[in-house]
Amino acid sequence: TVCHICTGEENWVDSRTIYIGHKEPPSGTEAFIQQRFPDNRIVSSKYTFWNFVPKNMFEQFRRVANFYFLIIFLVQLIIDTPTSPITSGLPLFFVITVTAIKQGYEDWLRHKADNSVNQCPIHVVQHGKVVRKQSRKLRVGDVVFMKENETFPCDLILLSSSRDDGTCFVTTASLDGESSHKTYYAVQDTKAYNTEKEVDSIHATIECEQPQPDLYKFVGRINVYMDNEPVARPLGSENLLLRGATLKNTEYIYAVAIYTGMETKMALNYQSKTQKRSAVEKSMNAYLVVYLCILISKALINTVLKYAWQADPNRDEPWYNDRTEPERQRHIVVRAFTDFLAFMVLFNYIIPVSMYVTVEMQKFLGSYFIMWDDEMFDEEMGERAVVNTSDLNEELGQVEYVFTDKTGTLTENNMEFIECCVDGHVYVPDVICNGQVMPGATTMDMIDTSPGPGAREHEELFFRALCLCHTVQVKEEETVDGIKHGIHQGKSTSFYISSSPDEVALVEGMKRLGFTYLRLKDSHMEILNREDEIERFQLLEVLTFDSVRRRMSVIVRSSTGELYLFCKGADSAIFPRVVSGKVEQIKARVEHNAVEGLRTLCVAYRPLSPEQYQEVCHLLNGAKLALQDRDKRLAEAYDIIEKDLILLGATAVEDRLQEKAADTIESLHKAGMKVWVLTGDKMETAAATCYASKLFRRNTQILELTTKRTEEQSLHDVLFDLSRTVLRQHGGMTRDSFSGLSGDCTDYGLIIDGATLSAVMRPAQEDSNSGNYKEIFLEICRNCSAVLCCRMAPLQKAQIVKLIKASKEHPITLAIGDGANDVSMILEAHVGIGIMGKEGRQAVRNSDYAIPKFKHLKKMLLVHGHYYYIRISELVQYFFYKNVCFIFPQFLYQFFCGFSQQPLYDTAYLTLYNISFTSLPILLYSLIEQHIHMDILRRDPSLYRDIAKNSLLRWPIFIYWTVLGVYDAIVMFFGVYFLFDNTTFTSNGQMFGNWTFGTLVFTVLVFTVTFKLALDTHYWTWINHFVIWGSLIFFVVFSLLWGGIIWPFLNYQRMYYVFMQMLSSGPAWLSIILLITASLLPDVLKKVICRTLWPTTTERIQVGACSLSVVSNPALLEVTLLSSCL
Amino acid sequence: MMATSYNAKDEDGRVTVCGPGGGPLLRGKKPENTALKQQRLAAWQPVLTAGTALPALFAVGLLFIPVGVGLFVTSNNIRELEIDYTGADASSPCFSCSQSFSWNSTRPCTCTVPFYLEQPYESNVYVYYGLSNFYQNHRRYVKSRDDGQLNGNEKSLTEPSKECEPYAYRDNEPIAPCGAIANSMFNDTLELFYNDPNGTKIQIPLNATGIAWWTDKHVKFGNPGGNDQNLSAAFQGTTRPVNWRRPVYELDSDRGNNGFVNEDFIVWMRTAALPTFRKLYRIIGKKDNVVPTLPRGNYTLEVVYNYPVRSFEGRKRVILSTISWMGGKNPFLGVAYIAVGAVCFFLGVVLLAMHHKCGNRNGDGDISN
Repeated sequence: TVCHICTGEENWVDSRTIYIGHKEPPSGTEAFIQQRFPDNRIVSSKYTFWNFVPKNMFEQFRRVANFYFLIIFLVQLIIDTPTSPITSGLPLFFVITVTAIKQGYEDWLRHKADNSVNQCPIHVVQHGKVVRKQSRKLRVGDVVFMKENETFPCDLILLSSSRDDGTCFVTTASLDGESSHKTYYAVQDTKAYNTEKEVDSIHATIECEQPQPDLYKFVGRINVYMDNEPVARPLGSENLLLRGATLKNTEYIYAVAIYTGMETKMALNYQSKTQKRSAVEKSMNAYLVVYLCILISKALINTVLKYAWQADPNRDEPWYNDRTEPERQRHIVVRAFTDFLAFMVLFNYIIPVSMYVTVEMQKFLGSYFIMWDDEMFDEEMGERAVVNTSDLNEELGQVEYVFTDKTGTLTENNMEFIECCVDGHVYVPDVICNGQVMPGATTMDMIDTSPGPGAREHEELFFRALCLCHTVQVKEEETVDGIKHGIHQGKSTSFYISSSPDEVALVEGMKRLGFTYLRLKDSHMEILNREDEIERFQLLEVLTFDSVRRRMSVIVRSSTGELYLFCKGADSAIFPRVVSGKVEQIKARVEHNAVEGLRTLCVAYRPLSPEQYQEVCHLLNGAKLALQDRDKRLAEAYDIIEKDLILLGATAVEDRLQEKAADTIESLHKAGMKVWVLTGDKMETAAATCYASKLFRRNTQILELTTKRTEEQSLHDVLFDLSRTVLRQHGGMTRDSFSGLSGDCTDYGLIIDGATLSAVMRPAQEDSNSGNYKEIFLEICRNCSAVLCCRMAPLQKAQIVKLIKASKEHPITLAIGDGANDVSMILEAHVGIGIMGKEGRQAVRNSDYAIPKFKHLKKMLLVHGHYYYIRISELVQYFFYKNVCFIFPQFLYQFFCGFSQQPLYDTAYLTLYNISFTSLPILLYSLIEQHIHMDILRRDPSLYRDIAKNSLLRWPIFIYWTVLGVYDAIVMFFGVYFLFDNTTFTSNGQMFGNWTFGTLVFTVLVFTVTFKLALDTHYWTWINHFVIWGSLIFFVVFSLLWGGIIWPFLNYQRMYYVFMQMLSSGPAWLSIILLITASLLPDVLKKVICRTLWPTTTERIQVGACSLSVVSNPALLEVTLLSSCL
Repeated sequence: MMATSYNAKDEDGRVTVCGPGGGPLLRGKKPENTALKQQRLAAWQPVLTAGTALPALFAVGLLFIPVGVGLFVTSNNIRELEIDYTGADASSPCFSCSQSFSWNSTRPCTCTVPFYLEQPYESNVYVYYGLSNFYQNHRRYVKSRDDGQLNGNEKSLTEPSKECEPYAYRDNEPIAPCGAIANSMFNDTLELFYNDPNGTKIQIPLNATGIAWWTDKHVKFGNPGGNDQNLSAAFQGTTRPVNWRRPVYELDSDRGNNGFVNEDFIVWMRTAALPTFRKLYRIIGKKDNVVPTLPRGNYTLEVVYNYPVRSFEGRKRVILSTISWMGGKNPFLGVAYIAVGAVCFFLGVVLLAMHHKCGNRNGDGDISN
């Protein structure tokens, strides 16, 4: 029968066959072709010593900006251009080298890590002996011997372990950060083989899928040839030990390698996620396009003018300035094109090569401030904020929608068992009298106050059910000398571990109610009951929990041989499957608890007859053995098995709100963000949490869009109803949103559940109206300050985020969550934030930023996000500004030099302007600028609105900067022009040449541009002083040096003594002062006038804070703030 | 873009993969509480408000206007006379010279331009020649020189730089000095005569030293083999530029002013910034304190007309100018100072009014407290 299944899937290509111990299967059984597998070398490094230069160059030049500069450089090399190739080659070389060094260093680190991993010794069973090998020589099919605390070198299938039941414990801390011990199971047929001799005698093959990156999925099958009778067993992720995980609590294991080297799941997971790009980056690219257009049009204008001007041959080629013969013979079109390129080269500096480097450095270095932040460190966990991508720093200052998970994010995910309800009787465990059952004092819901004998039976069954239906492990504590203490030796040394905190709370609650779960031994679960007797149940099947079914089940056989299916899950998942039990009472209690904000679970059971059990086994095995669609088939099987349940009762677990969660949400609201809670929880529970966390206030008018309502009315009517309600207030709302959130205006809160949401989202069908549902829904949401989405499947969370992202305003979204079910929305949102919670590290691994607690979000957004946005927007605008100032005079100069592409500045100035004279001050500004003190930012969240919607990078502001740049350029150029106009300005009558002209413009330029930044700086630390004045001094010193020596390696000496001669002239000094003043004047005026006439909140606070530092009296602080805010 | 850099960080854990397992040390993660890391460096936090800008504006206004007035007065006190001798009009004395110009003519054409000085020039008088519509700043022209050669480098002397093309070689002989700039050196000779009221014509001595930058003459320019050598020997194997009548070693009889260190040559080699420019030609030194350098009266300018400008519609001028500490006559700086100062002052007044009106309305905290 097994072979029958095999042949059915013979042509399945995506599978591999592994011969355990490289032993061929008995001839005739099958005709698999041995595949070639890679060795176990992990290569995380991108480059080798030999290919580093070409490969790194290739990768760097794939970036548009670098490629553009490379083209410019090549043009300079090929054709005769005004500036030497050095001017663009050197900065490009600098940028490329810096990046290459950085990447090379990182790669070297990776090589080092790779080597230490690849050369790590491991033990392999060969010919019945354990042999030491280097890890990289491990091959697929090798049987590996692992000892405790060793880390798995590749993905392995567990064959046997030192434990009799064939289990082993593993932590995947280095894989996903979950430090809990997970149980893995050996293959049933091989678990007895636990010496090297025996293991060597195993004759089996494994068929499994080709490697997949999903850490938690594995499908395979082992064929064991014993006595030439092949036996097939399913293999699942519970048999698969992943590379990177560590063996714990188990003396040794034997396992066979199935995926090696780069094919291990861990290696497959190295691939980086899709890159997110920030709004700032998008603006930056838009600006670049504008500047590229400006550049091209400048070059075109000049080329056209040049040929118009040159129409007269005496201008084109006057007697004193002949062309060379080859030049003269060149075709006019070629000449014009060359001229166009030459103009492009001359003006190419308008697109700042160093901007990318500076932006990258700013982001990279700036992100350290998040990691360094003391206030975002959690003492309890010993964790601090983590930055996974620094690309999105500034996006933190732009968030408009916050999508937050509830459990573990808003709440602590620190579950406490509160009560349980069996058939309507409420039990509250008394903390003081441990082990005593206290019938609940709040018995108002109880209908039958005196439990009869039948009820008593039900009660015990309920407790047993909770003790059995879980996946909790018992952690055995180790003593110092390494002797292990079992749970039986000392209760105090053991505790429960599970991936779900609810389960731990329940099992612990049961312990307090008298039923203690001891351990799982030899597939028997042991329970210590109230009479201190140990009850043993054979664990037959575990129907694991998943978030779609929202329930889990176990099938156990009691010592008396009865078979039970125990099922626990969300009420919505259980009630439809219940056939009997006191449904009404329990339902009432569940709803009551949910309103209190408690997490409720329902417990049910189903006695199974042996025949039914056989059927169940058949179903499950069929599904488990499937290599394709196993999950789907399992889900179908579960669906069939978990039915006809008898309701036992319900539990209530409290999940407390995280510290300062309400404060954080309130701040986010005040900052103009819309907070949505997306949870898988019940509506009542979630709504209670929302009230507690001040998401909904007392005066919030709640709009419901739930299944309950859509059952009464059609979805269509409900939606239109709601939109009408909301839109009536629309005018009031918008006005209100300007003056901050005041309490008197009704704001709306929307509650929607998963089922209704999917109805809303359903694509338009035959009914043309349904297509508009999305729009109407969005319209409603837009006018609600808070939205609660309950009963969400993980994918729906992402769907919602996507929906909002795609709505017509394209708001910036942020998703925050802690569990695996939040990963999809974290990946979907513009910014994904992971909370280092208790549900493992998946969210953290997939997030862009990770913080220990929800409350840290406040500082993250209001302080860091705000700062980063201010900083980078200034950085971007300033970079374009300073390059307009730099290049526009060159453009103007063309009108006075016969459009001959004569550069105004010397090569050294052209080269160094962007990479040294003006680069450091702006980089420093973009790292440490604080326009407002961070305490004020935190205290006054409404300041966040001042930068909303990318307000500092809007087109008017960009145009202002560009116009300012053009103005400055005109002032500088014509100021110097009129100074030079046909006269001398030295006291000895000597004349200056064109290089002095350029140097004078350049000197004014460097000073103006630096002073402009100084004017914008609101936070002058000693470093700012050092860098700003330092870079000016550097410019002067460099110029003195550059002109002070006849440089032997240069073929021209045009700058010789130019700078010094210039400084020896009084009028040069006077004109420098004059031109700097005139250049800065409009900007100063604009600042002062705007501040006086139309001050933004930020500016008012700045003035207030300014006086604060003078007053320095905390009592006056509020007064000052108030008065300045009026 | 930085995602790649974080790969290394992601894989930090892998370095320890080999060793016995065990969680990372959590307690070591606490960030350091330093002012820099916590972004709490002591800082001066200035805010540009009307309150701070107003005094600055007034100060600038009050400072700039007097400076501007001073500069303007200084500029106005400078005497300057400009004589155009291009000879473009038929009436002008140099008309025939300008018409009959030919590169090959051996006999120089001279013309005499009379002029009248209305005011005496008291201090040193600087004689400039001016050219207009002459693009010395054309790229092809600016780069057409070999600084190595001009510095006296022997190798560059015989192998001029490619930049000098097409003025690098003539008949396979290297040109010294090479390049378009040198080739087109201004070669008119200007002489100045004072027509004494009693009828005699007194030649005014024109001093040719000190017209070039000291550093240019002594460092940047140098003859091959040093200035003391026999120059004709040093320039052996080279030929004169096409348009020159004499080789470079015959520019001046004075050894210290000959060859590449000839000051007229150096002055010409400093390319002008704009197409209309003037260059210092000679200096008329002040004799004593009693007699003005150039007294009021009639003068004659005698020009040996060698330099053609008609082809490119250029003009040639001679400028006589006195010099102050701020150079020649240029009212721009003074006017600009006055203008900027006045604007600042005016804006200061406007701002003050605005500040007074709106400042009260806004209830400025900084004043009330």
